[in-house]
Amino acid sequence: MMNSVGRDIPDALLTDGKEVFRGSHHRDGLIYTKPGPTVRAGVKPLHSKLLPNLREAIVQCGIKDGMTLSFHHHFRDGDYVVNLVMAEIAAMGIRDITIAASSLGSAHDPVAHMIETGIVTGLQTSGIRGKIGEAVSHGKLKTPCILRSHGGRVRAIEQGELHIDVAFIGAPTSDEYGNSRGTGGKSDCGVLSYAMADARYADKVVVVTDCLVDFPNFPPSIEAVDVDYVVVVDAIGDPQKIASQATRLSKDPRELKMAEDCVRVVAATPYFKDGFSFQTGAGGPSLATNRFIEAEMERRGITMQWAIGGISQSTVDMLHKGLIKYIVDAQDFDMAAVRSVNNSPGHFEISTSQYANPMNKGAFVNKLDFVVLAALEIDVDFNVNVVTGSDGVLRGAPGGHPDAAAGAKCCIIVTPLVRGRMPTVCERVVTVTTPGENVDVLVTDYGIAVNPARPDLIEALAKAGIKTTTIEALKDKAYAMVGVPDPLDFYDRVVAVVEARDGTLLDVVRQIRPLEL
Amino acid sequence: MKIEVAAMAGTLESSDVQITIEPAEQGLSLSISSSVLGQYGRQIKRVVLDTLEGLGVRHGRVTVVDKGALDCTIRARVTCAVYRSAGITHSIPWGEVPVNDPSR
Repeated sequence: MMNSVGRDIPDALLTDGKEVFRGSHHRDGLIYTKPGPTVRAGVKPLHSKLLPNLREAIVQCGIKDGMTLSFHHHFRDGDYVVNLVMAEIAAMGIRDITIAASSLGSAHDPVAHMIETGIVTGLQTSGIRGKIGEAVSHGKLKTPCILRSHGGRVRAIEQGELHIDVAFIGAPTSDEYGNSRGTGGKSDCGVLSYAMADARYADKVVVVTDCLVDFPNFPPSIEAVDVDYVVVVDAIGDPQKIASQATRLSKDPRELKMAEDCVRVVAATPYFKDGFSFQTGAGGPSLATNRFIEAEMERRGITMQWAIGGISQSTVDMLHKGLIKYIVDAQDFDMAAVRSVNNSPGHFEISTSQYANPMNKGAFVNKLDFVVLAALEIDVDFNVNVVTGSDGVLRGAPGGHPDAAAGAKCCIIVTPLVRGRMPTVCERVVTVTTPGENVDVLVTDYGIAVNPARPDLIEALAKAGIKTTTIEALKDKAYAMVGVPDPLDFYDRVVAVVEARDGTLLDVVRQIRPLEL
Repeated sequence: MKIEVAAMAGTLESSDVQITIEPAEQGLSLSISSSVLGQYGRQIKRVVLDTLEGLGVRHGRVTVVDKGALDCTIRARVTCAVYRSAGITHSIPWGEVPVNDPSR
């Protein structure tokens, strides 16, 4: 059945109440009942929940074939927890496991082999990269991988579509009762936002830490009342890869020019006024936007009420200078952010539900004025792809992209027109991860295009003297430079489904058929 | 032009292409690997064959390792590899190499 972004969703997937995507607000006002986990009462006074090792935790939790285990990705490419747990699972001969992670990265390449051998038969994640991406794209996973945004994942948990049997929560510090924090240890990640829903909704919760601290470890991100067991391991991650020492600000003139143009667009809209709210992604041009927006705010004599998203040095600096009043933080990208969260006045940790869940009673993203985001591809309908490479192989993550885009009054996508030979602006993206109806402005190194659905923004930019073009003209320019790409060839088999934030089906990813010349 | 000895042109840097050309008895054989094979493989093949035809190369074994090079780069690298393999190092007619380019 065709959905509202023109993607044909196979009828076989439309079972158990699954629907095709019908627009971002289709499920507004829906009444639903949240499920409750099945938990074991801890009535008898108990001084410690410590278990000697992960194997004992797996035994005590009763993990068996076919169960769903969850993980968070605050340790990013430095994470050891997924591999430590899954190595024990494999050694114990347990099979048919679904991994439900907030995201997976190249740190988790060993899971690819477990997919091929049937130890892992299901994946639910935001990010999918490296060898896992290759394995899934080539049809090795038994069931289609489910890809969700960060907000969409919490929604799936809170609506009962994702039931977690056991959550393994890596924590930089924990006490023997399971009160856990993102700081104070040797592998600090700052916040534990992604794991908060897991702690509340999983049947069993295991905290895995490499730094046991005195009781009570307060104020906790994960509360002991939700924790069954605590396991101390040698290392939960590689601190070097968890948070970079300092986020490098781009010196690439092309990226800086695009960042400057983003700020010109921001400043031309009516939303750029005292008390505005703002989110940027990490990486090149979007991060550099912070540098230019600071100067523009000072010029106008205005301040930002709150900033959100992946937090790094530049945002923290603006908080300390009084240019930002509050930072609400669900992920830290560098040590400056890790040191600041819950420490600097005005810098608070929030849950991922607070950040972006579309089906709670109102998330922070709904109150956003601006978000500046990147893209792997964007097409003439402004649909964005951030999950498949132009070659059709899974190598990205929706992350908070669809959430922030849907919530913000003005969503700006910033991307170079071409990357190497690949046209970023194209006729039709390989996979839709953020629907075009949520994208307002495209900034490239070869021009700016405004979504025709936003005549108000077109007028505002014109009034500010900002030259714009059409997205078709940008696509034509890209194709003139690199040539018109041939369409990719796929088998019928669906290897991954992309859920919209509200759980409807936005797109499917099919198994790639390699070209033979 | 005749392929006398094995020759190479280009690098494995991003946006470049490395062309290796070797003598062969009968006809042209082509092996292509590319970081953009799915979308541009057919176009790369066409550009390589057109360039070889323009240079009058009828026999040879050609290996293309592409890292997302544009057509103009592919033409230049193929041309260079052919001249090297034919032992021509002087008086190369740069800028007027008789390539068969339908877009010009």
